[in-house]
Amino acid sequence: MANWKTDLRESEVTPEALYLGRREFLRLGAVGALAAAGPALAAQPSGPALPAGKSRDFASGEKPTPWDSVTTYNNFYEFGTAKEDPAERAGSLATHPWSIRVEGEVKKPQVLDVDALVKAMPLEERVYRHRCVEAWSMVIPWVGFPLADLVRRLEPTSSAKYLEFETLLDPAQMPGQRRSVLDWPYREGLRMDEATHPLTLLAVGIYGRALPNQNGAPLRLVVPWKYGFKGAKSIVRIRFTAAMPQTTWARMAPNEYGFYANVNPAVDHPRWSQAKERRIGEFFRRDTLPFNGYAAEVASLYTGLDPRTLY
Amino acid sequence: MSRPSRPSSESPARSGPARHLLRPAVWVLCLSPIAKMAVDGVTGRLGANPIEALLNRLGFWTITWLALSLAATPAKELFGWTAPVRVRRLLGLFAFAYAVLHFAFYVCVDKFFDWRTIGVDLTKRPFIMVGFATLLALLPLAWTSTDGWVRRLGYARWKRLHRLVYAAAGLAVIHFLWRVKADHRRPLAFAFVFGLLLAVRIPGWLRARARSRAASGRTGRELEGA
Repeated sequence: MANWKTDLRESEVTPEALYLGRREFLRLGAVGALAAAGPALAAQPSGPALPAGKSRDFASGEKPTPWDSVTTYNNFYEFGTAKEDPAERAGSLATHPWSIRVEGEVKKPQVLDVDALVKAMPLEERVYRHRCVEAWSMVIPWVGFPLADLVRRLEPTSSAKYLEFETLLDPAQMPGQRRSVLDWPYREGLRMDEATHPLTLLAVGIYGRALPNQNGAPLRLVVPWKYGFKGAKSIVRIRFTAAMPQTTWARMAPNEYGFYANVNPAVDHPRWSQAKERRIGEFFRRDTLPFNGYAAEVASLYTGLDPRTLY
Repeated sequence: MSRPSRPSSESPARSGPARHLLRPAVWVLCLSPIAKMAVDGVTGRLGANPIEALLNRLGFWTITWLALSLAATPAKELFGWTAPVRVRRLLGLFAFAYAVLHFAFYVCVDKFFDWRTIGVDLTKRPFIMVGFATLLALLPLAWTSTDGWVRRLGYARWKRLHRLVYAAAGLAVIHFLWRVKADHRRPLAFAFVFGLLLAVRIPGWLRARARSRAASGRTGRELEGA
């Protein structure tokens, strides 16, 4: 496991995307040199810097995906269904000020201001694998805080068995919502034990910078052992519930997307295999790992349950 | 290049130097997406997942050339244009070429000869089976696209065989429709276009049926009279 990040001061480190971007292009040889010469040179991380405390690598030392790819290849249908749409159109989203309503089975329902929240919670950098249900993946250095820390502060009641997350609904700012390609607003949910698991993160940044809009600014969910669609973006509401929440993709196509959506190479999507994945930036497909490589940390949450039902 | 064997009405304006530019123009048109893919690839404009981008582009242009080639006959019937009909075969062959490239890219690059996964795909994934069926439907059409084959089969039989193109169009649309996750706009747009190109042919078909009925009716009366 690489601990080199914690041994260096921020100022000494080459901007990671630049370093990795150049290395990747050089690895590609002549093609890469031409690519580097044109306007396609990997853009550097940009945006307000975040004070991230410690950095921990949860990706077994695998190479982080360059900033340029992480911020221009997104599934965020609120801005359009093409991968490049969110980067092109998400500029219209106003992320400050931003309120998050806390409702449901909780002692004190309240409204959180995201800027105050970010100041109050100690931030850390976590490098996670990110696996999309479409069978591509990335390694992303998120900046955020454990959801468990927020849940503890919010004091859910004993009736709270699940958490539901809701994304902003605002067709004026999110042009993709003018068509019902999905049932808006986007909704996702977790079991309480999944929500309070140490790996579950509320992310407010990547590569030490505030989340770009297309990545789900200002605050989004990251659950690295599940398919990426579980990671609700641009969250405006957190609701503690007794009943399992209805999630958007599971409602859209229940035979293809389930509530749990645990990464499992042995359970195929009806239309494609989940046994392999395309790591963005690599040519050959990789074998997909059970629970996206986090089996040791999370498998115990699901003992006794048929893995085929946990798609 | 060989001329189409069916006579086609041509206005005087169609002859002259512009005539000779038609086929080269179609070649340039149909090769330009490949050129763009190459340029975009080299300049890093294929996005973070270039393999997916190229596979999708190859599929899109397959179905586009197919639609253009199917638009030739309606263009003649509705507007009297003869140019599209003269390059209909070329467009159809480009559709086939792109279909082959699309499938080859899937086998050789996306799956990189992972025969087990490809085998599962071809037997368990309906949208891939439909895509493969599209390629199979286009294969005999490409094979018998030459004047020699028209003569060998006789025009009537050749024409019946080439009705397969409608099956190919339908299968291509279904392949596209079943591939997308949620946004069905583009596949449905193609479905609409193909539906239109089909509907436009119906009056012509009805007229042809009426003519052949009238012809066989006369033959019957002549035989009776004899």
